Amino acid sequence: MKLFVSEGNPHCLKVLAVLKLTGVKCDVQHVNHEEKVVPHLSRPTLPALLLPSGMHLFSANSICRYLGEVSGQPSSDLNNQWLEWEASELQPAVAQALHLAVLQGKGSEASSALQGQLSYLEQSLCKKTTPFLTAEIVSVADVVLWAALYPILSDHGLVLGDQGKVQNWFERVGMLAACESAAQEVLQGKGLKSEALKAYMQKQPAPPHSQAQKRDNQPCNSPEQVADGDRVMSEEEILSATVTWAKGLADRPMISDRQHPILPKEGKRNILVTSALPYVNNVPHLGNIIGCVLSADVYARYGRLRGWNVLYVCGTDEYGTATENKAREEGLTPQQICDKYHTVHASIYQWFQVDFDYFGRTTTEKQTQIAQNIFWRLHERGFLLEDTVEQLRCEMCQRFLADRFVEGTCPFCAYPEARGDQCDKCGKLINAVELQEPKCKVCNQTPVVRSSKHLFLDLPKLEAPLEQWLEKSMGSGDWTANAKQITRSWLRDGLKPRCITRDLKWGTPVPHPDFSDKVFYVWFDAPIGYLSITANYTDQWEKWWKNPEQVELYNFMAKDNVPFHSVVFPCSLLGAQDNYSLVNHLVATEYLNYEDTKFSKSRGVGVFGDMAKDTGIPSDVWRFYLLYLRPEGQDSAFSWADMAIKNNSELLNNLGNFINRAGMFVSKFFENCVPAMDLQPEDKRLLALVGWELKQYISLMDKVKIRDSLKCILNISRLGNQYIQVNEPWKKIKGGDTDRQRAGTVTGVSVNIACLLSVMLLPYMPTVCQTIREQLNAPPTVTATMLQGTGNFVCCLPAGHHIGVVSPLFQKLEADQIEDLKKRFGGQQTEEEETIWNKPKASTQADVVTQPATTSAGQTVKNGADPERAKELTLAVAGQGEKVRALKGQKAEKAVIAVEVDKLLDLKKQLALAEGKNQEPDQTKGTKNTQHAPSPATTAQAVINKADPERAKELTLAVAEQGEKVRMLKGQKAEKAAITTEVDKLLDLKKQLALAEGKNPEPTLTKGKKK
Amino acid sequence: VSFGDEGCNLETGDQYNTTDLLDFRGCVYINVHFTFCPAQVPVLQRSNGPALSGLVTIATYLVREANRAELLGESAEHRAIVQQWLEYRVTKVDGCQKEDIKTILKDLNTYLEDKVYLAGNQFTLADTLMYYGIHHIIVDLAVQEKEKYVNVTRWFDHVQHYPGIRNHLPPVVVLKNRVYTGSHH
Repeated sequence: MKLFVSEGNPHCLKVLAVLKLTGVKCDVQHVNHEEKVVPHLSRPTLPALLLPSGMHLFSANSICRYLGEVSGQPSSDLNNQWLEWEASELQPAVAQALHLAVLQGKGSEASSALQGQLSYLEQSLCKKTTPFLTAEIVSVADVVLWAALYPILSDHGLVLGDQGKVQNWFERVGMLAACESAAQEVLQGKGLKSEALKAYMQKQPAPPHSQAQKRDNQPCNSPEQVADGDRVMSEEEILSATVTWAKGLADRPMISDRQHPILPKEGKRNILVTSALPYVNNVPHLGNIIGCVLSADVYARYGRLRGWNVLYVCGTDEYGTATENKAREEGLTPQQICDKYHTVHASIYQWFQVDFDYFGRTTTEKQTQIAQNIFWRLHERGFLLEDTVEQLRCEMCQRFLADRFVEGTCPFCAYPEARGDQCDKCGKLINAVELQEPKCKVCNQTPVVRSSKHLFLDLPKLEAPLEQWLEKSMGSGDWTANAKQITRSWLRDGLKPRCITRDLKWGTPVPHPDFSDKVFYVWFDAPIGYLSITANYTDQWEKWWKNPEQVELYNFMAKDNVPFHSVVFPCSLLGAQDNYSLVNHLVATEYLNYEDTKFSKSRGVGVFGDMAKDTGIPSDVWRFYLLYLRPEGQDSAFSWADMAIKNNSELLNNLGNFINRAGMFVSKFFENCVPAMDLQPEDKRLLALVGWELKQYISLMDKVKIRDSLKCILNISRLGNQYIQVNEPWKKIKGGDTDRQRAGTVTGVSVNIACLLSVMLLPYMPTVCQTIREQLNAPPTVTATMLQGTGNFVCCLPAGHHIGVVSPLFQKLEADQIEDLKKRFGGQQTEEEETIWNKPKASTQADVVTQPATTSAGQTVKNGADPERAKELTLAVAGQGEKVRALKGQKAEKAVIAVEVDKLLDLKKQLALAEGKNQEPDQTKGTKNTQHAPSPATTAQAVINKADPERAKELTLAVAEQGEKVRMLKGQKAEKAAITTEVDKLLDLKKQLALAEGKNPEPTLTKGKKK
Repeated sequence: VSFGDEGCNLETGDQYNTTDLLDFRGCVYINVHFTFCPAQVPVLQRSNGPALSGLVTIATYLVREANRAELLGESAEHRAIVQQWLEYRVTKVDGCQKEDIKTILKDLNTYLEDKVYLAGNQFTLADTLMYYGIHHIIVDLAVQEKEKYVNVTRWFDHVQHYPGIRNHLPPVVVLKNRVYTGSHH
């Protein structure tokens, strides 16, 4: 073993000091800085250790760790952590500091470059009771950190101000003989002024400045971001937390029950919350729910807890072409469709416990009144333009084709199924006449261009007041980043007049006599729904909607709705000049994907609102998971496996476990009666930590960071679990008086934390919250007290308080249950379309294709026509036909339809065969040398047997996919039966692939046939 | 066990898969703070001990907890080499500048000339983490560059086909036949 070092290199200081400390026998050779010792590295790298095996270690920390280990000191986790921190966090800063001090002569700046890292070190040392970083005795980590800091800290010109602990530790390590002598050897004991160091530094590339800056701006381990359990609380913070705790539930006002109608109150924070009106023509999916109604619900519930005067309104958006289309599809009138789906929506939201103050709809008399009033005011003030537009008219259907009655190729991105108003692919707004190859959605004829007179909202004229208002609203309110950005990009592109009328029947009629056969365009009309729904709730709706001085308006939506809420609708209201309340806080989510594909009703992808309750998973758990992955800041993806993990780890093991333990200790050890608490420093520190999380929760919630503040709740229960784990009340209760008292204190503090959690949980999981409160018999005033101001964690269940009956809050989600759900809801997408070949039950076509393996394995293959099979296939054909029609009706993507049509054709062929008809002569070619006459199964196989490269390609993918699945299952230690099923599928696929490639599959497959 | 987000699952791979982790005593909770900033350090909360931070530290801990210590190396020497490449991953590969990429690839290519895996002939944690760390670089390589760094490419292809490693990362297609010759002979 040979160690290569060079003079002046601080990394060599590390290894020499450790070498001396451990006393490992090793030759040391001093070489020049430029010496290339490690053959496979292009830059000279020192120190380097030549191992007995002939390999080199070229990282100083790895060399040190190795020397430690061979001397009998294997590296602990803590030791590893410090070494990693040194390499990834401290080194970049040290390099920067040395560069400044040694080469640029800015010694004073050197220590400030290290400030973040030094204070992290200081804080860590403060928490330790040991003289060294990891233990009572010096470890490799101590020496490595000491050596890294040696050149800078040994300079007496630098004074460590607040870092007394670092100073002491540094001197303690430096006094070791090994360190002292290594420092002498490498740097002549001189630190920054060492000539050797200067020579070494001159050979080093300059540290990337940007990186150093980045680290300054984002100190990864700065106190704010340190893992919660490690957060250092100052004495003052601890003292103040203790004082707050002792205040208890003093005479705080209770939150009064809601009295409808809720109206703005003088001197109160009056908050009007709306969520984007869900479109009535379909069942909402989870993405709709999290983006709009659920997010708004959490905020509204939170606002009520804070004692604000909140009104939350929503309703279904019912007018427009999509409703007319849907009505035609289902053979109902538009009104019937609206009635039907309004009920569906209302019951779904009820199941999700969305607590609207009023859930209305847009097809009401009030809607007509208010929309027409706004229209006339705009008209009188000259904000409407009249223009003749070229429009598509279907001669067959005798009408102008508005928006969604026409489809064609997008003029911008060539997407073949762009709608008349917008392209789903590129998102650009389209003028229907610009569509290439337009088709009438009703009769599929090509429409002609005719002119028709329409009214336009003069957005350019309203641009100035809009911008003025936007600046104010964005400046003072909480607009999400995406909302600001989308709005700005609209303004940057310049506003154009926007048509507000449409040639339709199902809509709010335009009151102007010249346009009597027209209705308002749904995007002019729909946001007015917020007003009319409120008007249906209370006659005094104007107290909310024409009261910008007293009312703060929050709009919740998904990002695709932003421009209509930030530009178009505000312009309507500004132009009406009627003192309308305009949005103050625009909260837009990104998209929620389903297992990495978009939700799609037409493709049957994803979970839809009405199915959620059929999963058997409680509404509260759905709420929790959806909010946990609320697409805040970027898209997120729903996944069943992840849902199970979150349920089992966060709800069951973390939150539920803690609350249940706390309650159980009270009931089991203290006869349901909260014990006396004698707070020790450790308890007080916990109070401060919990109090800090509560403050975080409130400040995040105030900014509508719903997902982030949920993490605070989980952090608190995690702290609680650790607290219980460390103090072991279940053991102490069996001990002497002191121990029993300690058990009491820990139990009392824990159950109080559980009570706090019930308050914080309410917006997220209302039922669970209620259950906890009943179990703890929590006084009703807790919410008002705890969420007052910036948050107060008080002792709300004092000694002597009697709790109720405690029982577990959550249930485990089992793997098979989840697998089942995944199949049920993800089915069509993942298993029918992508791997259609391995799903015998899901697709009848696959059934037939997989047949060869089973039939040849032993079943008698019948001669010619197979009536049994024909019957099955007839059903399958009918079913598939239905599916294709449905897809076409729902405007599914062409590719999707094509896949299904192919399946249908295949099925028909097979049916013909099963009925004994000869389908295509060449299909039986491959079966020439089999004994049996073509049965559907062997024929299908024969078809494949001809070597079909197209199919082979598909199958290759399917095999890869299935292989992946099997590996996953095995990796996850899934049940044997489940694995076996998947392995069988895989084998089947492989056989089919072999056939498709024209190879002879495994002998077993051909056993039944004599060649 | 909960993976704060995909990122962690990605970083730990499922060599020591979730089921193994679920067998831990107490509640092991992996919380990778959701972030756009690649420099952010992951933190592992444990109820049976203080939190651990740092990708390598956490991964090493998890591997040991999952009784897969062989992935950390089987002798002191072997372990040191594994740790060295783990450190290389977080200090050199992570956050590397454009101009560093060539050096990294060149050095790795020379190093891997006579090795199957990073630490010799056995698959270790170093391969897993290096794979995740370098994936974004390899994905962007042109065919000629993959040819140029043929040992890296071979190693990468090997690792991406190792069961349970690739996860959701897109596979990188490696051509088996040389399409360009003579450029580096």
